[in-house]
Parts: sequence; structure tokens; C-alpha cells
Amino acid sequence: MSVTTEQVEGRVVETLASFGPDASQITRSATFEELDIDSLDLVELAQVVEEEYGVVLKGEDMKELKTVGDAVDLIVERAG
Amino acid sequence: MSSLPDRRKVVVTGIGAVTPLGIGATTLHDRWADGVVGIEDGAGRSREFAPEDHLSIKEARRLDRFAQFALVAAGEALAQAGWDGEPPYDPLTVGCVMATGIGGQNSVETQLDVMRAKGAKAVSPLGIPQYMPNAAAAAVTMKHHLQGQSYGVVSACASGAHAVGSALRMIQYGDAEAVVCGGTEATLTDFAFACFGNMQALSVSGFSRPFDLRRDGFVMGEGSGVLVLEEAEAAAARGATVLAEIVGYGSTTDAHHLTAPEPTGGPASRAIELAMRDAAAQPDEVDYINAHGTSTQLNDAAETAAIKRALGDQAKRIPVSSTKSSIGHLLGAAGAVEAVATVRTLITGVIAPTLGYEVPDPKLDLDYVPGESRALITGNGHPPLALSNSFAFGGHNVTLAVRGAPK
Repeated sequence: MSVTTEQVEGRVVETLASFGPDASQITRSATFEELDIDSLDLVELAQVVEEEYGVVLKGEDMKELKTVGDAVDLIVERAG
Repeated sequence: MSSLPDRRKVVVTGIGAVTPLGIGATTLHDRWADGVVGIEDGAGRSREFAPEDHLSIKEARRLDRFAQFALVAAGEALAQAGWDGEPPYDPLTVGCVMATGIGGQNSVETQLDVMRAKGAKAVSPLGIPQYMPNAAAAAVTMKHHLQGQSYGVVSACASGAHAVGSALRMIQYGDAEAVVCGGTEATLTDFAFACFGNMQALSVSGFSRPFDLRRDGFVMGEGSGVLVLEEAEAAAARGATVLAEIVGYGSTTDAHHLTAPEPTGGPASRAIELAMRDAAAQPDEVDYINAHGTSTQLNDAAETAAIKRALGDQAKRIPVSSTKSSIGHLLGAAGAVEAVATVRTLITGVIAPTLGYEVPDPKLDLDYVPGESRALITGNGHPPLALSNSFAFGGHNVTLAVRGAPK
């Protein structure tokens, strides 16, 4: 199953918005720090991603992620 | 008993509550005094509480309902104390003791369901921070930047009173300048009802009528009560309005039975005596007792025995009423919510009644304030003195002594 970047981005934005930040702030270039998204939030995001796309994101994967775009690109790459 | 060392005075400068009667400490006491019962269908649910009215999305989803209640009650108490976002003292000298009987019951159950349905990998990373019993203390400290001692207290139905007592000692002995303390509970789940129901502690009739002959168990409730305590001179120096003074704390243990109180009320009466000693007060100075008064056969009899044993021939003179007649039993929050109600009693001079008390039990012969509210009468011209009792499954006994602010 291949997914488009747009699909993944939509799902990531929706998930992050449910954690607190306003959806309008969640752009590709927004950093997790700016969005007040911490390590616990990223574990939850990883759970959603795994359930949705079968992509397993581990702790070391998540550490490298700085922006929303980083996460989207990694998920698309692994899913493809 | 040996004399006590000189210790610092501790005053109450803010109170807050979330209860089945609504949001707010004033709401709690006013509605109780007006005869309103917050119990519906055998449960005291805090129906007026909506997380989105008070908390950010992040706060609401990261906190179990029990911690949400505490955050809201603490917010009210701190606003009244006038702390305005930051503590008026070095944050490292401001503590927080937040009690609960059980902790994040809703979160435990939710995550167990997730695990059973989807497997261990699907369990939320927020599970532990949501259900740990210290979650409420942690949430309040983070929100209000309190960096002194903080912890949760767990002693079932005495938890909230233990929290106030621990906070009192912390300030009296110089370990803190101020402490935000209280209790919180949110266990109105099918599972908890099954547990309490099967141990035959819950009322079958669904009525909370403490001390009444027909009493048949407690009605479970949920909510939170929080008090801001400050060292008296520091509070005066910053111009704080003093609501009351916590003048005594006594605590003992039955060591008798897991759930039944020691029937003679011996250790419980000792807790009352210790609080009186702490307050350097005599029985003829006590103007009001906020009873534990759960509406169980055993508690209300043992508590009556304890009061009589501790206060002797003064016991029958003192009005005794139970907040649980209006809101049910808030378990680990009860002692703190009732301390808040006691402070409001001292401020307003209005003693709220034991609602639903209509058929006296011939064996229980104190003045349980039947019917309507009445004026708090002080005999000696001094600020009024009240006691608040809390007794728990496990045999934990606590009495707090609270004095009204000087006029």
C-alpha cells in the first residue's frame, strides 16, 4: 500500500492537533518544540502511525525529528 | 500529655472546591446550607464540571479526571489567595500535598481495555502519568511553579485530611513558607461501584443520611477540595486576607480491622484529643464539628462514641453535621472538601444541617443539626473553633482543628 505525502501530512496534523496545538500552527516547518509537543506526544504519534500505516517508529527515529515535515517525510519513506 | 514546642502559626488564605454541588468553595457551602443535595441516582457526580471550561486541550488529555478536579480547585484557591500566577515566596519554599484515595481509576480502566482489545503495544505512554496517585500533586506544582516539597498522600477516606495535616506540619516546622494542599477523587466507575458495593459499604437506598436510624451505607461522590496554607507572619507581611487558622491536627490508627472502625471509638477519640491538644483548646471551646458522618451503620456509631469519649459532657452541646449528607462520600477528597466547608462555616457563621436526618437512632444522641441551617454561636467571644473528622478504611483517623479569623 502506498500513501501520498498529502495523506500522511493530513493524518499527522490531525493527530498533533488532538494533542493541543492549534491546527493552523502545525505547518511542515513548525518544530515540535514550538508546538509544545514532547516525547510522550511523539510516542502517541508513533502508535497512530503504526496502526495506520504499519510503520514502526522507534525512540532513536523520533529523536532525530525536529519538525512536522521531518516526521511526515520519514513516515512516507518507510511506508513506501 | 507532654507540652509541645513553639511552632509557627499557619493560616488559610485561599480555598477551592469542585463538588457535586458545583464549582467553587462558596457554591459548596451555600448550596449545602440551602438544603441542596448533589446526589442523583445513588452517586455524587460533579455534573457541573466540564474540563474544557477550565483546562487547555493538553492539560485535559494528559490528566485523569481526578487530577483535573485538583487543578481546578487549586486554581480557585490560589486566585483567592491572590498569588496571581507566581508564588509570593521563593518557589523552592512552597510545597504541595495532594491526596487521593485511589488515583486515576478511569485511566487504569481505559488502558486495560486498550490492552485487552489491541495488545500491549497500543497502551498509551500517558497511562502511568495519568493514573499515578501523585499525578494531581505533580500537575498543581507544574501549573503554579511550586518547587518545595510535594507528594501525594494515600489513606483512603482520611487522605484529604492527612494532606492538610502534613501541610500544616511542613509550615509549622519551617520546611515551607506556604503549601497548596487538598484531596481529589474521581472513581465513579462501574468497577469501583462493584467493589464498594460487594463489600456492602454502599447505600442500597441511594440516600446519604448520616446518623439517621435508616442509614444503610455511603453514597460515592467525586470532586476535590484545596486549601492554600501560609505561615501567618509571612501572610500578614504580604497583606493577605486570612480566612481561618489551622490550629490543630491529630492522627491515630485503629489497628483493628481492614474496613470496620474500632467500635469503642478509642483511637478515633485520641485523634480528636490530639488535635485539641495541638490547638491548646478545651472541649468547652469547640463550637462546631464537621463529622466524617458517612451514613454507614458502623462509622456513625463509632464516630459518635469517639466524639463523646474525647469531649465528655460537652459533646451533646456541640452541633455536629455531615457534608456527606449533601454531596456523598468523596473518599480521598472528603477530608479536604470538608475542611473547605468548615472554613466557609467559620467565615459565614452558618452551620449547614445534616440533610435527610429525620429518624433519630436512639443509640446516637448528639446534636446532628437536623432540618435547617443555624447560626454558629460562639460562647466566649473568641473566634469560633471547629473540628473536622476523617476516618478511613484501613483504620486511619484524622481530626483537624480550625479557628475562625479574628474579626
